[in-house]
Amino acid sequence: MSKIPVKMTVNGAAVEELVEPRLLLIHFLREKLGITGPHVGCETSHCGACTVDLDGKSVKSCTVFAVQAEGAQITTIEGMAEADGTLSALQEGFMQEHGLQCGFCTPGMITRAHRLLLENPNPTDEEIRWGLSGNLCRCTGYQNIVKAVRYAADKINAGREAAE
Amino acid sequence: MIPGPFEYHRPGSVDEALALLARHGEDGRVIAGGHSLVPMMKLRLAAPAHLIDLRNLAELRGIREADGSLEIGAMTTQHEVIESELLQALCPILRETALMIADPQVRYCGTLGGNVANGDPGNDMPAVMQCLGASYLVRNASGQREIPARDFYEGAYFTALGEDEILTAVRIPRPPEGQGQAYEKMKRKVGDYATAAAAVALSLDGGTCSQAAIALTNLGQTPIFAEAASQALVGSSLDEAAVAEAVRLAREAADPVEDLRGPADFKRHAAGVMVQRAVARARERASA
Repeated sequence: MSKIPVKMTVNGAAVEELVEPRLLLIHFLREKLGITGPHVGCETSHCGACTVDLDGKSVKSCTVFAVQAEGAQITTIEGMAEADGTLSALQEGFMQEHGLQCGFCTPGMITRAHRLLLENPNPTDEEIRWGLSGNLCRCTGYQNIVKAVRYAADKINAGREAAE
Repeated sequence: MIPGPFEYHRPGSVDEALALLARHGEDGRVIAGGHSLVPMMKLRLAAPAHLIDLRNLAELRGIREADGSLEIGAMTTQHEVIESELLQALCPILRETALMIADPQVRYCGTLGGNVANGDPGNDMPAVMQCLGASYLVRNASGQREIPARDFYEGAYFTALGEDEILTAVRIPRPPEGQGQAYEKMKRKVGDYATAAAAVALSLDGGTCSQAAIALTNLGQTPIFAEAASQALVGSSLDEAAVAEAVRLAREAADPVEDLRGPADFKRHAAGVMVQRAVARARERASA
């Protein structure tokens, strides 16, 4: 099958590549662009390790063809920190609250939690759990992940109040 | 897991998409949210030579109220169903059901049209549509027709949708004022299909049930509109005996097969429990 061009913006940079239509977005990011933060986990749309933010939605990039993301704005874990390297509130929260053990699920967790907090800036613990229900962690038992998201929400909200 | 090769098309109008479908016949498949089709393609259970992406078709989007019905474009995502204040006000069972489908990521992509058109007996919206007396608007190059959800499903993955047709919208008669609705789903974990699920809509007139509809998910090769069970409630005060009879008839209508979710007898039992709970909640929500 012939390759076709695909254009999108990934972590603020415009990219253009020729791809086979069957190339999945996760492989496009990892193998064509060298963006290896999103992980290949279950490959069956369950685990959420491949989660990226695509046009304001949390998406499992193993279940989307790169060609379906034509023109999209994509943010991965690589795009979460400030330009000067300062960690985002969520990244800091996962560090402070020990929200990871092996770390394999963490890029997906943080990327998903990023969108969750944009949609619901002050979630209850139950809303955090439902909001992250598409992301599996096999190490932590989720307690510290919930705490990490709570930490980030509190920090972001405190910053917002201070600014007002 | 790498899907088989295919040629990718991104038509700019429904007419163009229909022309592509007509040209490629059984080698063509439309893709909406892709969260049923892409996993099938990765497993090579589906290998369309031509993939026709509906993403740019604005005609297939949007939620409207018109002429006593709710019309929901096929490309409306489950997330958009959940966020819709119009649907929450007029037909809250849709939000309740959408929240039980898969997980947040899947719901951002998965569409209502895909959920009802795919023919997977595990999908939740088909039984809800049967319960609500909805119909599907479908188009091919020569015109449009409307198929009642209760007549649409023929077998697992077999539906009344022709090879050259696209399901463009779902039309739901506006539920009567005061109708109580509920969807009860037993599942093993987030993201799983139902072990058993039941959709119920009913109306009360004074203390008497004046209208009722019950439909079942994943309890047979197709969603099941449990007509006799529905009728058992009508005219009753939803007393214990009437509900028990509806539960018995719903179990009789169910035709489950054994799988990892349990043996057939267990699922039939669970079907009755789901019906009982959904009737109780629909009743609480109905205003007399």
